[in-house]
Amino acid sequence: MAPAVLIEGLQKRYGEVQAVKDVSLEIKPGEIFGLLGPNGAGKTTTIRCLCTLTLPDAGRLEVNGLSVIDYPRQVRQRLGYIAQDVALDKVLTGRELLELQAAIYHLPGAIARDRIAQMLRLLELEDWADKKTGIYSGGLKKRLDLAAGLLHQPDVLVLDEPTVGLDIESRTAVWQFLRQLHAAGTTILITSHYLEEVDALADRVAIIDRGEVISSGSPAELKDQVGGERITLRIREFTDADEAESARALLQDLPMVQDAIVNSDQGNSINLVVEPNADALMTVQQQLKDADMPIFGISQSRPSLDDVYLAATGRTLMDAELAAVGQRDMKKEAKQQNMRR
Amino acid sequence: MSSTLTPRRADSIENPQLQQWKASLEESAIAHPPGVFSPAFIQETLALTRRLFIQLQRRPSTLVAGIVQPLMWLILFGALFQNVPQGLFGESQNYGQFLGAGIIVFTAFAGALNAGLPVMFDREFGFLNRLLVAPLASRFSIVVASALFIAAMSLVQTAAIVGLSAVLGAGLPNVGSLLLMGAIVLTLVLGVTALSLGLAFALPGHIELIAVIFVTNLPLLFASTALVPLSFMPGWLQFVASLNPLSYAIEPIRYLYLHPDWQFSSIVFQAPWGSVSMGLALGILVAFSLGALALIRPLISRRIA
Ligand SMILES: Nc1ncnc2c1ncn2[C@@H]1O[C@H](COP(=O)(O)OP(=O)(O)OP(=O)(O)O)[C@@H](O)[C@H]1O
Ligand SMILES: [Mg+2]
Repeated sequence: MAPAVLIEGLQKRYGEVQAVKDVSLEIKPGEIFGLLGPNGAGKTTTIRCLCTLTLPDAGRLEVNGLSVIDYPRQVRQRLGYIAQDVALDKVLTGRELLELQAAIYHLPGAIARDRIAQMLRLLELEDWADKKTGIYSGGLKKRLDLAAGLLHQPDVLVLDEPTVGLDIESRTAVWQFLRQLHAAGTTILITSHYLEEVDALADRVAIIDRGEVISSGSPAELKDQVGGERITLRIREFTDADEAESARALLQDLPMVQDAIVNSDQGNSINLVVEPNADALMTVQQQLKDADMPIFGISQSRPSLDDVYLAATGRTLMDAELAAVGQRDMKKEAKQQNMRR
Repeated sequence: MSSTLTPRRADSIENPQLQQWKASLEESAIAHPPGVFSPAFIQETLALTRRLFIQLQRRPSTLVAGIVQPLMWLILFGALFQNVPQGLFGESQNYGQFLGAGIIVFTAFAGALNAGLPVMFDREFGFLNRLLVAPLASRFSIVVASALFIAAMSLVQTAAIVGLSAVLGAGLPNVGSLLLMGAIVLTLVLGVTALSLGLAFALPGHIELIAVIFVTNLPLLFASTALVPLSFMPGWLQFVASLNPLSYAIEPIRYLYLHPDWQFSSIVFQAPWGSVSMGLALGILVAFSLGALALIRPLISRRIA
């Protein structure tokens, strides 16, 4: 069976910027696949190429074995695309938007009516269906956007950062809905720069950085590859730097500790990478007790996807985001300038 | 947002009828991609046109302004040249009668020239992506929908101008002439709408589009026979005005106003290189519109970066 989505050696350059350098990935039918990366990593560009909006410079793109370049219309019929920014016509009502959506996918009248009613029910939009979308809240808009993208029952649903800017409740609701879709067999490609989102939803993940896939596999596999367990501890609620540093030095000497750093962003807590070992917590506690140091809090965890990202790039996802902020503001300004009527 | 989006188990996400329809589609549609004039094309065109009319219905100010403006032109311009001696404006008995045809064509032209703006805003707000990721039978449905909408607007405007002109003493053409006038307006609107939409796909943003509209709009008006006859113009301007598609819409309409007994062989105006008959003028207009459609084809079918 052909993969639901195949991307091989994708490249796309915008003038000076190599937005996508080398992206390859394969999504199996029925899978939720997460594309994780910081701002400007090339997620949206990859998705635009897949959804026939942008012509790539190089690379092979297929949906259900059909070439995206050679058979764009057939590919469009099979894809559902939920863009990063919700774009609705604020003068139309939700129902009118869905009617337009049904017509541009050529659904026959009776089926369209039935399907629109079904989607309004599923996404609990019935009370809002005949109101103009201009008055919708952010969460409502996203739900209508989801209803529109799913109206023609696509084989592959592509969502570009579907929960950015949503409150926690709306985000959880979107996640639940995607899980339900997944259970019904829809293939889902989702981009995100939220680790938790990808961790919570995706069967498999590709981490993308500066236009390149730097790591891929199931979240569990990726974490296993990084290896080690994490221990986070605080000497006091607010530890001063010297005391934290001496504790760190003390713990670094333990043979099972692979790495130890003081995290000044989190009140000088101490982060340890240790060999997977049942006694790790006890050993650390004992070491501190012997040195007459108090312990305010201590916890042990498996590596997170952030650790995976750190191991692959030498920066945390947070750092990468911060580094991109300067660039992003410029992007935003240019956009706003463009938008001003 | 309620957190219970999930388990109303009775609701399935799937729709069996839709599934069936999709399966039947796969076989037929892949072998025969639908083109222009297919049922799919008509369906999408009507839906896109409907959107424009819903917008108009909920924001009627554009229609009101679109009618009031040409009427003001007619009255103010007419008053400006009211005392010009009779006979200066060719066969027309007064300037008001002369001006009507110019205002009809210029109003339709200006409306069509602006047709690209909503499409450009759709592009900038991301709404156009919704259409571009859909399996449209042809992206010409976007062009045809805009043209149908602008055409309807133009016909209403034309009716208003013809009506006021009649009140002001320009007379009322007979039904046959009125129909031909309608056809002339529609042909011009189709061509200009196509060009404007081509620009909306090709230019970087609405600032550039507005700039192009700005530098085309009035110059094309002044370099046409809308306001004064060719004989008023210096040689070079006569030349330019005789290349201007607007003149090929204005002069036939003006002729229709004066000659209820027109024929396709009737000479409607004298260009520097020879006389132009009604038939030739109409032919040139049709060629202009078809040329515009052919010209924008690569622009609207490309993938926007
Ligand atoms: N149309 C464009 N013209 C010029 N540069 C672009 C264009 N689109 C994207 N880029 C650039 O390409 C790079 C990748 O952008 P892309 O939008 O794909 O990133 P992303 O991973 O989706 O980021 P985000 O998380 O901010 O959405 C960025 O440096 C961006 O500025
Ligand atoms: Mg993006």
